[in-house]
Amino acid sequence: MSDFDQELDASGLNCPLPILRAKKTLNSMDSGQVLRIVATDPGSVKDFEAFANQTGNPLLDSGEEGGKFVFRIQKS
Amino acid sequence: MDDKKLAIIATKGTLDWAYPPFILASTAAALGYETEIFFTFYGLKMLEKKLNLQVTSLGNPGMPMPMPMPVLIQALPGMQSMMTVMMKKKMKSKGVASLEDLRDLCQEAEVKMIACQMTVDLFEFNASDFIDGIEFGGAATFFEFAGEADITMYI
Repeated sequence: MSDFDQELDASGLNCPLPILRAKKTLNSMDSGQVLRIVATDPGSVKDFEAFANQTGNPLLDSGEEGGKFVFRIQKS
Repeated sequence: MDDKKLAIIATKGTLDWAYPPFILASTAAALGYETEIFFTFYGLKMLEKKLNLQVTSLGNPGMPMPMPMPVLIQALPGMQSMMTVMMKKKMKSKGVASLEDLRDLCQEAEVKMIACQMTVDLFEFNASDFIDGIEFGGAATFFEFAGEADITMYI
């Protein structure tokens, strides 16, 4: 059972690409769906918090996994 | 949906100065801002179809260098090209987007790009030198948007 509908691998990408790619992917998703993002850019932690606040797409969780940063954002 | 507005004036034509306008504009657009960039003077170079922006440490004492280099050496023929190539390589290896990609992302995000008509004429650019999808206007055109903007930046 997966807790996300789509995954975006932004590993190796630096600001602003993780946010921009997430926005693009979210645009193509339906309301209520969850996007899981994997990133290596340490700046992305704060960036995704800000992105969630500004765009109203809630950040369900944010953590680390295998040395990378993992986020789950739900499309509002 | 209450769109905040961001206005940027881009006046520089070197590689290091070209990044901030495109990064800020694309990020703002991703966050839901209505964004406009006004390109004037050397900023017009950022609108050329084939981007060829250079960077040099000459006159830029703040630029980090892999090794200390006397200013006279920095002025030698070929140094500027070498530094530009090195900077681009470094950016690629660190996963930083290329200017072309960032510019495309901006256009995709419907960031409005306006070229300053006066400096286009001044430097004898042709409209065909530039990418498609841009407008031409003067300072007053820019103020129409900037006057309402929540954030205005001069870069």
